[in-house]
Amino acid sequence: MEEIWDILPGLGDKLAAHVVLSASAIGLAILIALPLAVWAGRSPLVSRLALSLASLVQTIPALALLALFFPLLLSLRAVFGEGLPTLGFLPALMALTLYALLPILRNAVTAQANLDPGVLEAADGVGMTRWQKLVLVQAPLSAPFIMAGIRTASVWTIGAATLATTIGQPSLGDPIFAGLQTQNWALVLAGCFASAGLALAADNLLWVIEVGLARRRRWMTFGGIGVVALGILAALWAQGSGSDERRIVIAAKSFSEQYILAQLIGQRLEAAGYAVEYRDGLGSAVVHSAVANSSVDISVDYTGTIWTNYLKRTDNPGREAMYATIRDWEAQNTGIRVLGRLGFENAYAFAMRAERARSLGVTSLTDLAAKAPQLTVGGDPEFFERPEWIAVRDAYGLRFARSRNFAPTFMYNALQSGEADVISAYTSDGRIAADRLVVLEDPAGALPSYDAMLMLSPRIAQDRGVVAALEPLIGAIGVEAMREANFAVDREDAGKLTPKQAAETLAKKVGLTK
Amino acid sequence: MDAAKPLLRFERVTCRFGEVTAVDGVTCDIAQGSFVALVGASGSGKSTLLKTVNTLVHPSEGRVRFGGEDVAALPPAKLRRRVGYVFQGIGLFPHFSVAENIAIGPRLAGEKLPPERVAELLTLVELDPAFAKRMPDELSGGQRQRVGVARALAGGPELLIMDEPFGALDPVTRDALGRKVRELHERLGLTTVMVTHDMAEALLLADRVLVMDAGSIVTDETPRALLAGAGGAVAQRLVSVPREQAEKLAVLESRA
Repeated sequence: MEEIWDILPGLGDKLAAHVVLSASAIGLAILIALPLAVWAGRSPLVSRLALSLASLVQTIPALALLALFFPLLLSLRAVFGEGLPTLGFLPALMALTLYALLPILRNAVTAQANLDPGVLEAADGVGMTRWQKLVLVQAPLSAPFIMAGIRTASVWTIGAATLATTIGQPSLGDPIFAGLQTQNWALVLAGCFASAGLALAADNLLWVIEVGLARRRRWMTFGGIGVVALGILAALWAQGSGSDERRIVIAAKSFSEQYILAQLIGQRLEAAGYAVEYRDGLGSAVVHSAVANSSVDISVDYTGTIWTNYLKRTDNPGREAMYATIRDWEAQNTGIRVLGRLGFENAYAFAMRAERARSLGVTSLTDLAAKAPQLTVGGDPEFFERPEWIAVRDAYGLRFARSRNFAPTFMYNALQSGEADVISAYTSDGRIAADRLVVLEDPAGALPSYDAMLMLSPRIAQDRGVVAALEPLIGAIGVEAMREANFAVDREDAGKLTPKQAAETLAKKVGLTK
Repeated sequence: MDAAKPLLRFERVTCRFGEVTAVDGVTCDIAQGSFVALVGASGSGKSTLLKTVNTLVHPSEGRVRFGGEDVAALPPAKLRRRVGYVFQGIGLFPHFSVAENIAIGPRLAGEKLPPERVAELLTLVELDPAFAKRMPDELSGGQRQRVGVARALAGGPELLIMDEPFGALDPVTRDALGRKVRELHERLGLTTVMVTHDMAEALLLADRVLVMDAGSIVTDETPRALLAGAGGAVAQRLVSVPREQAEKLAVLESRA
């Protein structure tokens, strides 16, 4: 795993973004928690309410909490106007701040409650005002315990900040998510090492401050604060030194094909002289809204996805009609420009191992329905909530013994190991051919078509340079070429390519570059 | 008793906490220069009455006058500088040195207590001036309460109020510190009110003993009069404890 050492130096900008995000969240949490703790110290009702709310937040998984801020901010646009960002730094900051509140608040409240009552009586007895008592007595005596809470909050926040990747905020989660999707374990480990190292460094520095406060060693307290401040300033400087002209932001959902296509688009735009930026690993539901509000500029989406999720249609008018309807609908309703179709489909399909299908005598979904009660179906985490699954299930009366969720890259392994008998597969997936899987026929036409489309945000919809750079992609990528590129990224042997390399190979293969 | 005007006057002071009446209409004058002990069983209301003086407790009815002024009308910080407060919990600030603890009252008033004055106060309570730099957790219980007394005296108070000041100390330290406080009372011309549940301590230190029972003052006598049998049943029950102990000790001594 020597590659990790090659990857780590390249993570500087992710590290800087991670530090700025975590430090902002912890700083904001301190600003909220401390006055709240003082108030709680004077009112048992406030104390109970604040601690219950902070505990409640902790019960929400960090990933869900981050995702929840997207619709919340979207609805707040009614109040604050269209300029309110719904993705990236702001929602990540808000979610992580909420997450960091509990340990700081709880330690501050507990520290106050456990102060020696004699000392507090003496403070009144010598004539301190409430403010003097707080500043001269309560704050310094509580400080070491509050610092312990801040340490806990910091470790949690730095860990949870890796999840900010999913809502489009660059962080050390970027290499982790990209690595998980493309099975590039060196990338995953590099991201984990970097964020764990950052958490440990922060924990130790804050420990020095805590000890300095507890033992009244000023040089420790101020030395620790100084180093923390320097680290944050360095991160801010590193972030600020990047060019601040608006780049073209390319989105990728969290699977290999999306990473490859994002790189392919990025390479063409860079060749045309544009500065580009990638937002990898976005949740599928987030991408469409992000393009509509120009938080990101370019995405590749699929006709079937838009048809069911945004047009809320359940009928199937056929491939061409579906595309034309979507193109007009986007133009009228969201301002997204559908530049065209790339040429391949990535439809949902059901796949089985060839010998398993043969021994069960299954070749179509109709056959499958009869055997389903003895079988386990595997799908990606979204699949069993999707209207496509519901449509197929109802059309064929599918009733499986069990259904299990797998990350897309692991579904094929699950099929090989027998943990699933049939999986939801994607027709452009290279592993269908590589693993010699059988794709079951859909005689009822229950699965809609999934043509890959190039979507442009309203911000760049009329940008001639962008359109000129991307138009050659329209109709250029056949399903075989896409499968090959996908497989090159997903395979685990020596032929494995990074999404960037696969994009270059794909461009040559389809004749876009020489 | 001194004919001087009263420094402290309680006027029908009543303190209620919900259903409980801790102090029930107490009226009483404390003459300037007197050393008054306030004695009673736990829950008799003596601590509550004492704390109305420096407004740590606000009476539900009635008022407390200090040098003729209603204490409720005085700014608390100013009042508490003129009223030294010593209590069982001591309450030295653990993050302040001995010198900083002693100097806190003047510091709050925006005044810096010079090191010579700190040394003088430490000498007054029989501590080595070198203690000034120590932290409270390096001191014994008796030493801490001596610092507590020095802190109460730092602002040059007219009145010293003490709530079970020696309650947590061992008997030898307790006796020595008690006598020291009495001596300082004389030397500095203080007026002192001390709450205690120990009648022997009250009889030995004070020149006037008030006995409280169920929120009221039931006895107001000199130690001499109490020992002569005055003051009523509650007071005499309290006096009988040290008296019987003294008698038993005398018997033991005569047999030895």
